[in-house]
Amino acid sequence: MITPESLFVNIGERTNVTGSAKFSKLIKSEDYETALEVAREQVENGAQIIDVNMDEGLIESAEVMTTFLHMVASEPDISRVPIMVDSSKWSVIEAGLKCVQGKGVVNSISLKEGEQIFTEQAKKILKYGAAVIVMAFDEQGQAATLERRVEICTKSYEILTKKVGFAPEDIIFDPNIFAVGTGLDEHKNYAVDYINAARSIKEKFPHAHISGGVSNVSFSFRGNNRLREAIHSAFLYHAIQAGMDMGIVNAGQLVVYDEIPKDLLERIEDVLLNRRDDATERLLEVAESVEGKAKAKEKDLTWRKGTAEERLIHALVKGITEFIEVDTEEVRQKCERTLHVIEGPLMDGMNVVGDLFGEGKMFLPQVVKSARVMKTAVAYLLPFLEKEKRENPELQAQTREKVLLATVKGDVHDIGKNIVAVVLECNNFEVLNLGVMVPAQEILEQAKKENVDVIGLSGLITPSLDEMAHVAGEMERLGYTVPLLIGGATTSKMHTALKISPQYHGPTIYVTDASKAVGVVQKLIHKEQREKYAATIKNEYEKIRQERSAGKGVLRLLSIEKARQNKFQTDWAKIVPSKPSFIGPKLLKNYPIEEIATRIDWSIFFQTWQLKGRIPAIFSDAVIGKEARKLYEDAEKLLKRLIGRKQLRANAVLAFYPANAVGDDIELYTDESRKKVLATIHTLRQQINKSARRSNMALADFIAPKESGVADYIGAFAVTTGIGADAIAQEFEKKHDDYSSIMVKALADRLAEAFAERLHERVRKEYWGYAADETLTNEDLIKERYRGIRPAPGYPACPDHSEKQILFDKILKKTKDAGIVLTENYAMVPGASVSGYYIAHPEASYFGIGKIAKDQVEDYADRKGMDISTTERWLAPNLGYDA
Amino acid sequence: MSMKNTKKILEEKLKSRILILDGAMGTMIQAYCLEEKDFRGSRFKEHPCDLKGNNDLLTLTKAQMIYDIHLSFLEAGADIIETNTFNSTSISQADYQLEDIVYELNLEGAKNARRAVQDIEKQDPHHPRFVAGAIGPTSKTATMSPEVNNPGFRNVSFDDLVRTYTESIRGLIDGGVDILLIETVFDTLNCKAAIFAVLEYFEKNHIALPIMISGTITDASGRTLSGQTPEAFWYSVRHAKPIAIGLNCALGAKELRAHIEAISNVADCAVSIYPNAGLPNEMGEYDDTPEEMADVLKDFASQGWLNFVGGCCGTTPDHIRAMQMPWQAFLPGKFPNTNLSWRWPVLSL
Repeated sequence: MITPESLFVNIGERTNVTGSAKFSKLIKSEDYETALEVAREQVENGAQIIDVNMDEGLIESAEVMTTFLHMVASEPDISRVPIMVDSSKWSVIEAGLKCVQGKGVVNSISLKEGEQIFTEQAKKILKYGAAVIVMAFDEQGQAATLERRVEICTKSYEILTKKVGFAPEDIIFDPNIFAVGTGLDEHKNYAVDYINAARSIKEKFPHAHISGGVSNVSFSFRGNNRLREAIHSAFLYHAIQAGMDMGIVNAGQLVVYDEIPKDLLERIEDVLLNRRDDATERLLEVAESVEGKAKAKEKDLTWRKGTAEERLIHALVKGITEFIEVDTEEVRQKCERTLHVIEGPLMDGMNVVGDLFGEGKMFLPQVVKSARVMKTAVAYLLPFLEKEKRENPELQAQTREKVLLATVKGDVHDIGKNIVAVVLECNNFEVLNLGVMVPAQEILEQAKKENVDVIGLSGLITPSLDEMAHVAGEMERLGYTVPLLIGGATTSKMHTALKISPQYHGPTIYVTDASKAVGVVQKLIHKEQREKYAATIKNEYEKIRQERSAGKGVLRLLSIEKARQNKFQTDWAKIVPSKPSFIGPKLLKNYPIEEIATRIDWSIFFQTWQLKGRIPAIFSDAVIGKEARKLYEDAEKLLKRLIGRKQLRANAVLAFYPANAVGDDIELYTDESRKKVLATIHTLRQQINKSARRSNMALADFIAPKESGVADYIGAFAVTTGIGADAIAQEFEKKHDDYSSIMVKALADRLAEAFAERLHERVRKEYWGYAADETLTNEDLIKERYRGIRPAPGYPACPDHSEKQILFDKILKKTKDAGIVLTENYAMVPGASVSGYYIAHPEASYFGIGKIAKDQVEDYADRKGMDISTTERWLAPNLGYDA
Repeated sequence: MSMKNTKKILEEKLKSRILILDGAMGTMIQAYCLEEKDFRGSRFKEHPCDLKGNNDLLTLTKAQMIYDIHLSFLEAGADIIETNTFNSTSISQADYQLEDIVYELNLEGAKNARRAVQDIEKQDPHHPRFVAGAIGPTSKTATMSPEVNNPGFRNVSFDDLVRTYTESIRGLIDGGVDILLIETVFDTLNCKAAIFAVLEYFEKNHIALPIMISGTITDASGRTLSGQTPEAFWYSVRHAKPIAIGLNCALGAKELRAHIEAISNVADCAVSIYPNAGLPNEMGEYDDTPEEMADVLKDFASQGWLNFVGGCCGTTPDHIRAMQMPWQAFLPGKFPNTNLSWRWPVLSL
């Protein structure tokens, strides 16, 4: 008997930055060790090939592919299976093939761009010794009919075997799996066509292989995972018999073909095999019963029949505020003292929530909703509590452990920190949330006054790293011993071990995210575990420090002169830069938010809530799909409200100036005569020893040098969508609604990025106009498939946050009118703001500066007129030496 | 002899018997007990660094001696001799600051061997002999980091290797080799770079020579230094469409038994083996006598595993002479073997 598991090569696809938000995040943060774990897990779970994809606009895909595959090569557990090098860019595919000692697979090539390119690429692939996936795609488009599928595959096969010399076994066809059950007549035969195409291709070319992305077939039934799994099994059953022998399948999520109920199977196969006209309708009739109780639940109030205590727990776990005050009151009347309500059923409920979250059975958005219920109940009880306290002053509440949380001085970012606060509260800790831009002194005073048990510091911008080290130093100086937790986007275990932990004798621990925070804090307050845990961490960090100093010699940086000799080259004689439509700054106030909202990258929004995936795939995820959909609906509702009531405002400043590069600096001139320098942007250059043909980049390379005589230009911008956001968030906080408060900030952040994207588009098409006829889909935009870049000071290509001062004061000038200001550490207020430069060079790309050497730091400090130690402080994360 | 012909003649001969490769150039050179001045000759008298040990250089400074060694193996019965170019790559020659003469080393190495072959063929016109251009692994590895703490680091890239191999290949082909032998492969990625260079060279210059590929199993783990099993090694290089795949060096014939069997089981081309004369003793010498070695090879051949036999480290013309036997009796029935199904998905290492 043929089962989906047999005769079938299973391709793992979690090591794909476009398909896995987790992997993408790991790669972006250069956490290759953990990224390797993702690969290892796949192999352990039975993947027989692993697909590696690094197609992401913000990373240097070819370099990252190289580094990751080098790491994979040193892991025999992973590299025992073949690597599938997956990219839409040929250069990335080649870079990958150059790292694979075993037999590789290329994903993919096709006749899309004609026979010549196809043949050339195939010839190269053959020389690298890889197998190849060929999509049924040609210059006329993707093959949708049986005839076209077979025709294109046949043509490809002929070219590959006769003209190029491929072994038939090294050819893998992907004859396009499309969705059925869409309701459109022309889609009804898609599955049949695929299966028949597989059969006829296999008959014609018995040694070639047939692959495909199985989940596409059930796309119309997304949201109903159990039905989809059954459809996948039935589809594979037929496709494998026809000759399909490879594919991306989540083996853990397949039902056994024989175990699909007969009636259901018949209806599924009616759809797949296009056996009757009303097949889709008939499958939909039973679809709901497959999904189970989920549908009916909305109006299900049977839980109201339980005892008041049970109802409280239910409301907490399910995040329902509707009846919370009534139920709380009912329990209160039964209790001897008001405090017992909190310490009893409310805390019991929260413990259930904490446990479920810890076990991965509840997700962050649900937990935050539970917290809202808890806070509402406590708020209701507060007047009773105070009254009892007045009447019986000797009755003290049982003390809970206190955690102080603060975003450090100079930084305004607090979404993650607020999430940590909520999760800790859910686990019965008392949280003292001091907010943002909190100076060291205030943190320490409050900690002493409130006698806190743990201090947690958060920050997003790089200068905050220094501020955290400063706080740690102050704690040491003043003799504190409470544990110190470090978290936030730029923080890392490495930085904590190297720079913060040596400042302070007490336990100093890096925490990755909210879900980890609870475990860490619990260990720290547990009298018996604390010592042991702190010692373990200390040892671990000590080891990191030792390894780091042992590995010092590894970093080989070029001298800045050498790096400059290998700059990115442009033949300026061939380039005539476009002239922007205006020179100087321009203020845009109250930009329509509804226009911005269409550009939101929702996958990042889901990441904020620790849900991983893209729309629409995330909604059909077996584990988090339902929660993701709820979260999305809540977000859309809130967004509509904010837009409708005009509670958020979006402003922007953009500016263009004549500019030329002078060495690694970019000079901006007041006017076309290019005589008077308005401002100088100081750029940094990569000093990593690059392999041949790769340049040591600096942003200045993308601007025509002064001596070229070419009249070049540069643009700059700052946008915000955060005006009003804090006020609304505070309103929600007053109502104990952390869920909505965090949601407002997260949405404002996404809107700011979307605004930057939208404005960049208009710059390309109108304001600067160098790509007036660009037509791209939203997906293309998110993947940044357009000409020109908008690098931001403080981010990889130009990591010095202090350059924002020049950007704001000298270049954009009108930022105050737009309502955006800088803190002393150059964080933008409001937090939901984005700023950067516009560079139009046709080959401009994003890159990371990486580590730099002292010679460049000295040169840079000299160019900026800043002293060396200050410069080193701003560039701390990039220093390739000990300052 | 035209290029196309070589392949045809080889294939024809392989149908009638097992062919014999030569023995160890290095072992033979060692016996001459050369000094630094011998390596330098007059041409490199003033060379800034020591040259002793750079055996490939002797093609230029002791050409007659190299010719004599080639001749001694041909006289012992070798059908195919290897050029003295194992280290003639810019990466290996950089150790002697002689990157500039890499082309010349290959060109002259090929010519020297070709001369020996022509001279012996004059004596015995009915026995065609062949020159295999030896392409060594270089002294660097593209799959492994030289630094334990930094697994992502490499001190040589695929592109570097392709560049250096292309130069060597050009010299060998200009010098008139019949076969290209990519040998002592300890890292398959290095080998794949060599294959890439060869195939690009063939395409650009509209020629094609038979390719032989020979890997090295370094220890009892039964894997190459970079971790591949013999089977995975075959699937990784199969795209070169070699005339033969096999193993050489590092171990003696006895120790290679299971590994050569494994290769023979999967490869759909001829199979070659040229082991060391046993494992080195405490003095670093090889102890297997010609008879011992020939016996083991005979046993392998009787299993139907082999198409080429020869010797690596420690083997002398006497070893090669002992390999003279009625090899047609041991012809593998399966050559050319085209019935093997494709199985790479299960193996990459």
